[in-house]
Amino acid sequence: MTGLSRRGLLLGGAALSLVLAPGLTLIAQARPAGRPASAAQRWGLLIDTAKCTADCTACVSACKTEMGLPDHGRPATDAQYLRKVSVGNPANGVERSVPVMCQHCAKPPCVDVCPTGASMKRADGVVLVDRHICIGCRYCMMACPYKARSFAHEAQSGQRPHNPRGKGTVEGCTLCVHRIDADRLPACVEACRAQGKGAMLFGDLHDPQSEIARALAAQPATRLRADLGLDPALRYRGI
Amino acid sequence: MVRILLALLIGMSLGGLALAAEPVIPKAKGERCVEDSRTMRTSHMELLKHQRDLTLRAGVRGTKHALKDCLTCHAVPDAQGQPVGIEDQRHFCNVCHGYAAVRIDCFECHVSK
Amino acid sequence: MAEAQAPILQERDWRRPGVLAAFAFLGALVLVGLGAAWHMEHNGHWVTGMTNQVVWGMPHVFAVFLIVAASGALNVASMGSVFGRTLYKPFAPLSTLLALALLAGGLAVLVLDLGRPDRLAVAMLHYNFKSIFAWNIFLYTGFFALGLWYLWWQMDRNRFARSGRLGLAAFLWRLVLTTGTGSIFGFLAAREAYNAAILAPLFIALSLAFGTAFFLLVLMGSVRRANQEVYDRLRPLLGLFVAVALYFVAVQHLTNLYMAGREGVERFLLIEGGVYPWLFWLGAVGLGGVLPLILLFHSTFVRRGHLALASALVLLGGLAQIYVIIIGGQAYPLNLFPGMAVASSFGDGQVAAYAPSAPEFLLGLGGVALALAIVLAGQAVLRLLPPSEPKS
Repeated sequence: MTGLSRRGLLLGGAALSLVLAPGLTLIAQARPAGRPASAAQRWGLLIDTAKCTADCTACVSACKTEMGLPDHGRPATDAQYLRKVSVGNPANGVERSVPVMCQHCAKPPCVDVCPTGASMKRADGVVLVDRHICIGCRYCMMACPYKARSFAHEAQSGQRPHNPRGKGTVEGCTLCVHRIDADRLPACVEACRAQGKGAMLFGDLHDPQSEIARALAAQPATRLRADLGLDPALRYRGI
Repeated sequence: MVRILLALLIGMSLGGLALAAEPVIPKAKGERCVEDSRTMRTSHMELLKHQRDLTLRAGVRGTKHALKDCLTCHAVPDAQGQPVGIEDQRHFCNVCHGYAAVRIDCFECHVSK
Repeated sequence: MAEAQAPILQERDWRRPGVLAAFAFLGALVLVGLGAAWHMEHNGHWVTGMTNQVVWGMPHVFAVFLIVAASGALNVASMGSVFGRTLYKPFAPLSTLLALALLAGGLAVLVLDLGRPDRLAVAMLHYNFKSIFAWNIFLYTGFFALGLWYLWWQMDRNRFARSGRLGLAAFLWRLVLTTGTGSIFGFLAAREAYNAAILAPLFIALSLAFGTAFFLLVLMGSVRRANQEVYDRLRPLLGLFVAVALYFVAVQHLTNLYMAGREGVERFLLIEGGVYPWLFWLGAVGLGGVLPLILLFHSTFVRRGHLALASALVLLGGLAQIYVIIIGGQAYPLNLFPGMAVASSFGDGQVAAYAPSAPEFLLGLGGVALALAIVLAGQAVLRLLPPSEPKS
């Protein structure tokens, strides 16, 4: 296998891109055509809630636009891949606004419970729903501790080409795999940089040289419901 | 008796086939297809299915049997020059699938233009 | 010892007006249920009461209720075959048929509620063997195969004597089956209302009670005067099952009450949760538990009508119990940030509102009707009913 040399290449590329264009791209390079996602990488997000303000919903709007999620005016059944949760500490009154989405667990319960294998984890750690074989049983929604998934409650039209979605199947945050695979940042991260305060940091958790890995090494972050032992790829600071 | 009925049925269905207009396949934009016409006619479904698993489950990108590319190349324009959707009889996929009465599931989720 | 003889059984005369009327009524309910399913599938699930918060609704309450009852409906056959009680042998085929019919009704509801019921073949061809649902697909189909085989041997006088071993296999199989059904909920780590291994034995106890109650009602509706001894024996047995189910329910809630972190969900289900405490205390515990126990054990209530009433109450209370478990468990919000006060546009930190819609309810009712229609059809074409006793 070419895993080792490829990894070296990736590391070099990452360092290079950081030097050449800091902030513009955090991904070493787009995966060449015909190559599958590799377990050498694990995509993750670090969210600093201290930088996230309650009135900013740039990430949420960007997600809805990017993924083509319509608003039917029915909040109980409309799909939400990403939402902002206001988290208040009753002990001291400190309030934080926390973006919550699929946590892309290393041991995802949604994948365990899915009867057909539609709920799946890609080699690079991205948890997806294969809607080609999803039968719409919603067991994954019962099993997810983060309430990260939605059910398409109505027939769809005008979907975005990169996010096919249809009535009767389950969906959720894809970590924008279509962007990651093309060497771009997830839509929420991009919007947070452009319009927000840059509270979201995206990168490869397995690459010790990546910005996210170095940030995590420098200062610890928490996982949501770490007690469940699911090892999510999303990390939070300031909760 | 049964034989007569059967013969009648076969005769009627053949007659029906003859009556229904042969599908006229719309021209594509590109120069040539990713595979020869014969392979595409018999195996487009297998190719798409293989591609879908490869792309979604393994994360392989940029291979040649992508539904998106088929739709781009085989877009059928309406009077305004906009590509028609699957709800339209003239849609590339509908031309044959309507004729053969084979339901397409792709566009329950995928956008059709 | 003499070779065991197959009991002499008879079919039901389907030409009688009462039977025809029952067929027509059940058939109509099945059609209404199918129409309801079509309505839900055609429009999408937004026309139901189910949401992204309460993802499983009334159809699942009915489906789980019927599937759990199916397993218990085999009790009478098991007592004949496995525990060698000759008294029950003439009733074993009816008991087996009822078990198969209830399972079919429950599964029909479950499948018709899927987002993509047209992809049922996918569920049969793609398996994720870590999924309890996938295990259950095998447990359910296996139960059908074993149940049909068992029914055949019970009714075939040449094989009757050997049907005991099949009975034992079916008995063990259904214990595993109900363990599987309970584990659908019991193995969900994130849902505070479930996530307890006790849900498996709790479901087994519920199945024994529901199944016996269903069997008693079906027997009363099928045979004018069945052997009174069967009723006399099943009466305390039903009481015992109801008591055991109540015991497991009590232990489950006590476990949660003792755990500091689970106090909130228990307060919700038992006191503050609006409709759920009402359904729990009045429905499941009162009408479905205490009242049947009085009717079954108090010396004032000796008539068959009392037994019928007790059985009906056990079933109604059982539906309430399953409703509280399935819907109540989802209505209580997931705890993403323990100890914090949370709110969002996606229902975080809020109790989810759920009101079953008419189509959901009608689909569930259609499943019950389908089960009873199968029983009636089976009685019409197969010789599986004991003859009515002469009037004493």
